[in-house]
Amino acid sequence: MTRFAIRGLLSRKLRTALTAVAIVLGVAMISGTYVLTDSIDQAFDRIFTDIRKGSSAVISGKSAFDLSEGSGVTEPTLDEELLGDVRALPSVAEAEGSVDSDATQLIGDDGKVVVSGGAPNLGFSIADGDSGFNPLTLIEGDWPGPNEVAIDKETAAAENFEVGETVGVQAEGAVERLRVSAIVQFSSGLTIGGATLAGFDLPTAQRLFKKVGRLDEIAVAAKPDVPDAELVRELERILPRTAQVKTGGEQAQADSAETSEFISFLQAFLLAFGGIALFVGSFVIANSLSITIAQRTREFATLRTIGATNRQVLGSIIVEALVVGVVASVVGLFLGLLLAKGLFQLFDAVGFTLPNSGLVFEPRTILVALAAGVLVTLLASFYPGVRATMVPPIAAVREGATIPGEPLDGVKSMLTGALTTGVGVIVGVLAITATPGNTLVSSLLAVLGLILTLLGCALFPSRTLGAIVACALGFGALVYGLFVPGLGTTSVLLWMGVGVLLVFFGVARVTTRLIPSLSAFMSPIARWSVFGLLVLFWPFFTLPYWLLRYGSWGPGPAGKRALAFVGGGLLNPLILAIVLVMWLRKAVSRWEPEWPAEFPGVIPDRSTTRIGGENARRNPQRTASTAAALMIGLALVTLVATLAAGIIASFEGSVNELFTGDYAITAENNFSPIPIDAAQAAGTALGVTAIGNVRTGETLVFGKPVFSTAVDPGMQQVISMKWKEGSQEVLSSLGAGGAFVDDAYADDHDLQLGSPIEVTFPNGSARAFVVKGIFDPPTGGSPFGNVTVAVAAWDSEIPQPRNIFSFLKMEGGATDANQAALDAALADFPNAKAQTRQKFIDNQISGLSSVLNILYVLLALSVIVSLFGIVNTLVLTVFERTREIGMLRAIGMTRRQVRRMIRHESVITALIGALLGIVLGIVLAALLIARVDFLVFSFPTTQVIVFVIAAIVVGLIAAIFPARRAAKLDPLRAIAYE
Amino acid sequence: MGESQDGAVVVARDVNRRYGEGETAVDALRGVSVDIDRGRLTAVMGPSGSGKSTLMHILAGLDKPTSGTVEVAGTEITTLGDNDLTKLRREHIGFVFQFFNLLPMLNARENITLPLTISGAKPDDGWVDQVVKDVGLTDRLSHRPSELSGGQQQRVAIARALVSQPTVLFADEPTGNLDSTTGHEILQLIRASVDTRGQTTVMVTHEGRAAAIADRILFLADGLIVREMHGASAHEVIQAMEELDK
Repeated sequence: MTRFAIRGLLSRKLRTALTAVAIVLGVAMISGTYVLTDSIDQAFDRIFTDIRKGSSAVISGKSAFDLSEGSGVTEPTLDEELLGDVRALPSVAEAEGSVDSDATQLIGDDGKVVVSGGAPNLGFSIADGDSGFNPLTLIEGDWPGPNEVAIDKETAAAENFEVGETVGVQAEGAVERLRVSAIVQFSSGLTIGGATLAGFDLPTAQRLFKKVGRLDEIAVAAKPDVPDAELVRELERILPRTAQVKTGGEQAQADSAETSEFISFLQAFLLAFGGIALFVGSFVIANSLSITIAQRTREFATLRTIGATNRQVLGSIIVEALVVGVVASVVGLFLGLLLAKGLFQLFDAVGFTLPNSGLVFEPRTILVALAAGVLVTLLASFYPGVRATMVPPIAAVREGATIPGEPLDGVKSMLTGALTTGVGVIVGVLAITATPGNTLVSSLLAVLGLILTLLGCALFPSRTLGAIVACALGFGALVYGLFVPGLGTTSVLLWMGVGVLLVFFGVARVTTRLIPSLSAFMSPIARWSVFGLLVLFWPFFTLPYWLLRYGSWGPGPAGKRALAFVGGGLLNPLILAIVLVMWLRKAVSRWEPEWPAEFPGVIPDRSTTRIGGENARRNPQRTASTAAALMIGLALVTLVATLAAGIIASFEGSVNELFTGDYAITAENNFSPIPIDAAQAAGTALGVTAIGNVRTGETLVFGKPVFSTAVDPGMQQVISMKWKEGSQEVLSSLGAGGAFVDDAYADDHDLQLGSPIEVTFPNGSARAFVVKGIFDPPTGGSPFGNVTVAVAAWDSEIPQPRNIFSFLKMEGGATDANQAALDAALADFPNAKAQTRQKFIDNQISGLSSVLNILYVLLALSVIVSLFGIVNTLVLTVFERTREIGMLRAIGMTRRQVRRMIRHESVITALIGALLGIVLGIVLAALLIARVDFLVFSFPTTQVIVFVIAAIVVGLIAAIFPARRAAKLDPLRAIAYE
Repeated sequence: MGESQDGAVVVARDVNRRYGEGETAVDALRGVSVDIDRGRLTAVMGPSGSGKSTLMHILAGLDKPTSGTVEVAGTEITTLGDNDLTKLRREHIGFVFQFFNLLPMLNARENITLPLTISGAKPDDGWVDQVVKDVGLTDRLSHRPSELSGGQQQRVAIARALVSQPTVLFADEPTGNLDSTTGHEILQLIRASVDTRGQTTVMVTHEGRAAAIADRILFLADGLIVREMHGASAHEVIQAMEELDK
């Protein structure tokens, strides 16, 4: 039977290949993700190890509690005198102090700060370039002396910085002009993609970073015979409370902890998209197999008549699936390598450059990718396989025999279905609720539960009933995950993931019922939208294609043909390339291009689209499954778009409600905190009547780190808050001991006006504050954290206070003159930009759009998988309808009409997928938004229109190949076929 | 579109058709010349492999001869491109197939008017009703093919072929997939359309009984027209066939 299965596959190469594409893409995404993240991880690990390789131990500042990444505040600094104490210790051979800053902006020749997406701008001291502590090597020039800077190779190359020229450098103070003394790189040759490196001598660095007399770290080398651990013990004895010491290795690990966390997040994030693509792929496979199995009814029946058992028939199908799954997974695995390369470039293109030290191909990658691909293929083939076993031997001798409609008898299958579903639900629920600690185990068990539940729902005697059960369970899981309080993040995500998948499955199956009316509804829409699109395409695709072909093979004078060829090539060089390939093919093979070809026109052809429309609804199950694959991709895209619209709308609403000033000052990249000097400089501009700064950071309140902010009195004039208790005056009257909190935080901790709170700062000092106000933030949030104090109190505890936002009010409001005045005042702070309210909103939102673009690109993968699903269904359908198409050709249907007919069916399928997907996406988004306090619902009209057009284009593209095949069918087949 | 003076609507001259190449080449037709007369029913008979189907395919513009010429309604069709050929079929040729070849998702009436739908012509309701009445399907128009018997399906197919008033109708084994009673009814129907409306018809068959309704019977063997009969009875036809087989 195995040989029979493999022979069968080989005889259906095209169909097999089309089915396999779905798996290839999903597996490629999974293996690509692993390769990508492993590579980034390795690159960072090597960089961090490299940086610490000369250090036996590293002393650094220690905050009173663990600060989260990007909180806006940094660890306390060390006193420079500590260095002398360290050097005096007997075990210490060498010690060197350093300062650093992740906001050291280099100013390009264009006067703008050098930024590359979200990559950091690292500045640091190089006390002694030749010491073993220095991870850098010189490429050109000398180690920096006073008022000099060393710049990394990549930045220097990108910005044309040369040794000897002066460049602008801005850290905590105003911009300074420094001489470039050297071009450097890490000794290992690795690069932190996108990051800029700027090295200074220690005094220059301390001045630039406003850390005069302070150090961030002391690197220590032990004497040859002293073990690191002993050195650490010795150092610990002399360290103050706000300092800590780690061995070089430990420190490297601690350094990479943040990036590792980010990378695991990235990994999980990308794997989710690979999983989605595979899930979509499973629909494609199940559908393709169902169709091929229906077409092979007679083959199975013949096998049965010559003595094959049910089990053998099922076995042969499973073997087929296994072979397809393995081959496709292996191909996908290697495609993943290419994908990883591509993703590096993609992230680069959208501004999130990632470090790269060569692609890493772990055994785990191979294992997981192959297992996922094969498993999904097997699961998807199971149900169609069971259906094949229902073929009675008698079908071998009957013309047009089909597989009996419903498997198993009612009561038995009802029980099996209900039982399997039940077991699945129990396993799933237990998995998520009982093992919250172990993400991997609970995820795997949840997947098992999900598979059982899906299988159970598929087994119900009534398709609709199974579908409704799946939908109900899915929405149940979603609502439970979203609205039951107190669930952990993993649980919430699992509930939602499982719920969404169940809903997709249920909707896909219940859609079968709706297909006749949906396709009737979609038919005119498809006809007119395709007409519209083709009219737009005509000058750029249809016409040049005809012109080029006419120029190549058409009749008529050479001059006319040459003109047509050149014209066509100019209109669309891409088509020129295609036609040149056709030339090549003509030259090397016996293939003849199709000519004469009618001059292309576009008409809304009612007659053929009618038949195409009928075709779309004649096999509802097939159309439903095909559309469902697209539905999933579009639902997720719509979900993302709706959430983004919600975020934008609520943010805009908040700014408009709160912001009463005229200008806002932020960093060039819109989110980094900037030195307070910038705001002070802006305050000196002519016409500024009020300035309010917001500093953000983290403090410890009631034993937990909370997002905290500090404001200055000017805030009263630029921000208008809704106060639950207290009033607008609170903003300017906090004093040294006043604080205000948001109402949710007040409720949680039972705070009223006058309640005392103790705030511990990262340097360990605990200060007492009194609640002077409780505000009610708008849905879109406020610039303030849970706890806000006055900058006076803040700045005395935070060594390097920075503003996240500064808001200004100016005489005359937002005018060109005022803008110019602010720009002039900020001339020494190139990283700070003054912007009007609307600009501020746009700039803040722009960060979201790069995230959105990444999401869209990733989701496009599942849309591509579903595109192949449509191609596959159409190819199989055309194959099945060979005789019918031949008849239509015989009675007068032109090739073009045949193509239109297939295209129409394709577009209707795509539009059904789009409609379902968009509706489902909006429902899911509405559910999420209902749960999340800081979002308002906003309908993403533009995006939805774009998605519908994209779906139509998917339908058009998917139809190209099958339609060509159909059009090429010989009308004789109508008579001679069989 | 001038038609031949002598009343022939399809004129084939010295038609050869070779399949394959080299040693495995098969000559399905070897220099066949034939005129199909207007308003008459011509049957093409022959044992399987005689080339009768190939001849019909070539006369109907579904296949191209290796050499020779074919004129349909005054147009030389062997040099036509696919589009022109398709349009010629629309205007001048009707088909009735052995396996009916109806679209399962369309009802009887929609199947009948399909050629008009495809050519974008507006159906003349009076004419459609007339054709439907002629084939005796008036009360089955809203049924789908799956709800019709074989004979009824073939009636739909005949009505579909007649609805565009083709210059010539080709029927390929129209009774091949029907029982003898139903087959007889279908033959009556074809005969009737020739008699009442002067519908030029070419019917390929291997059944003597079917061929017997024809005005003129062409016998093919090994790619050549070997005999011709006019107004022969079923018995005579069968006898002629047996002689051919010898």
